[in-house]
Amino acid sequence: MKTIRIGNGQAFWGDSAQAPLDQVRHGDLDYLMLDYLAEVTMSIMQKMRARDPEQGYARDFVALMENLLPEILDRGVKVVANAGGVNPVACARAVMQVADKLGLADRVKIGVVTGDDIMGNVDQILGAGEPLANMETGAPLTDVRGQLASANVYFGAFPIAEALAQGADIVITGRCTDASLAVGPMIHEFGWQRTDWDKLSAATIAGHVIECGAQVTGGNCMADWEQVDDMANIGYPIAEMSEDGSFVVTKPEVMGGRVNVASVTEQLLYEIGDPNEYKTADVICDFTTIHLEQLAPNRVRVFGIKGKPAPDSFKVSMSYAGGYKTASTLVYGWPDAVKKAQAADRIVRQRLANLGLSFDAIHSEILGVNACHGPALSGEADADIAEVQFRIGVRSQDQQSVRRFTHEIAPLVCNGPPTVTGYFGGRSRVEEVIAYWPALMDKQYAEPSVTLLGGQ
Amino acid sequence: MANVQLLKLAHARSGDKGSHANIGLIAKQPEFYDILKREVTAERVADHFREICDGEVSRWELPNLNSFNFLLREALDGGGTVTLRTDAQGKTYSAALLRMMIDVSDAELTLIQG
Repeated sequence: MKTIRIGNGQAFWGDSAQAPLDQVRHGDLDYLMLDYLAEVTMSIMQKMRARDPEQGYARDFVALMENLLPEILDRGVKVVANAGGVNPVACARAVMQVADKLGLADRVKIGVVTGDDIMGNVDQILGAGEPLANMETGAPLTDVRGQLASANVYFGAFPIAEALAQGADIVITGRCTDASLAVGPMIHEFGWQRTDWDKLSAATIAGHVIECGAQVTGGNCMADWEQVDDMANIGYPIAEMSEDGSFVVTKPEVMGGRVNVASVTEQLLYEIGDPNEYKTADVICDFTTIHLEQLAPNRVRVFGIKGKPAPDSFKVSMSYAGGYKTASTLVYGWPDAVKKAQAADRIVRQRLANLGLSFDAIHSEILGVNACHGPALSGEADADIAEVQFRIGVRSQDQQSVRRFTHEIAPLVCNGPPTVTGYFGGRSRVEEVIAYWPALMDKQYAEPSVTLLGGQ
Repeated sequence: MANVQLLKLAHARSGDKGSHANIGLIAKQPEFYDILKREVTAERVADHFREICDGEVSRWELPNLNSFNFLLREALDGGGTVTLRTDAQGKTYSAALLRMMIDVSDAELTLIQG
């Protein structure tokens, strides 16, 4: 039975720069998928494009191609990446310039998927009666229309498959479901149809398992984490997909890490909602039909997967400007470190009240004591603890209030409780809050489009 | 009867879903699945996370994977980019759940200590 090997070499913008190189050199891959887009990355890219119409994509990808292009062409590894951000065409042109510089332009064809960026059509879509209501709160988009920073449709895998069918060596997309970057090559290689629900479901689950990179090969794994082999050289995952929709999760043999039933199960459950109905543009996956079997060390077989017909809607990922925030820290030492941090908290809050500043939220934590799990779950602090970090953050629609807050921390070093340190580095930076607005939209309002660059 | 920490019976992974968080809870051995099913109910998890989670908690069963998925609604103080919390995406909520103490029978305790 025909099988293809698809490796992930990037789980997010800023992930390991070495991983794609290791995958191509040691993974014996047919396809390399690279995921660069988090939920709010698009708003950053919209700002980049507003400053320069030739920007708005993941420049890391272009730098990577400069390194990797000769090798992927020689080895016949095809690349599928959502590096296009809000400007996939400019990204493709930049890669083509790199190919030209390397004398490889006549050997490279780049497929580009566009149409996901609906920022320019939002008013038209609202006018046609689609409210783009927030999936979590039900609020209509008109509540934040003035602050909207980006709006992109999560396309599925079929436009990627079409680009590959046209002969693309590299496919660059804007927003699509992360798993699609792996599903597209499977559809193309096996000729799967839009109604092959079980196979599309299996392919999507394969993509879901590998899209977060080393999180399935032993990274961030709670089960026996100290036994994971050679984390400094952790191998990124490979899905070995068979024509019948079953697949094996593995990694390059020479790399570190660990693929076992525990690591695959943790990643299967990562960031999912209802496991009976995991929805993408192409299919509804049923996670309760997944079966796992450890075939050999670092090889887990995944089989039995069922799927249901695709939903009528696209998910739309939007972001909007939601005010400003910052957080500052100080370290208090033994004795009574916790009491000192609590006193500092009272002092800062009193100062903020005296100044009459306006905040939507003020949040205090004592790292080492209660920051991650909260006081109730964390229990009583060790009264003799060596030191703690006091952290206080504020959020406001008013940038000046947030900025003024940052002036209230350093004075505590001389004006507050004793044995304090950890204040080096100056005032904390005021960040703009980019808030996320997920919505559903009827599929009639967006249409993917595929174009091919080069190869003529 | 005995009282044991969930950490002895399960491992977990958590992350964000917009302003919600999810936790996948996985039995370390298939024999522990029914204990988790009985003890780690949506109601108990909601009570366990009352300081952190402002919305409802749902639980789904995945016996095929010896596991459960929990969705904790409004558990990230506005979501990963809005929140002021250190754990902006709920990455440590997996371990927070494993702090839970559950009741097991003497026979189950023998199995767990096995």
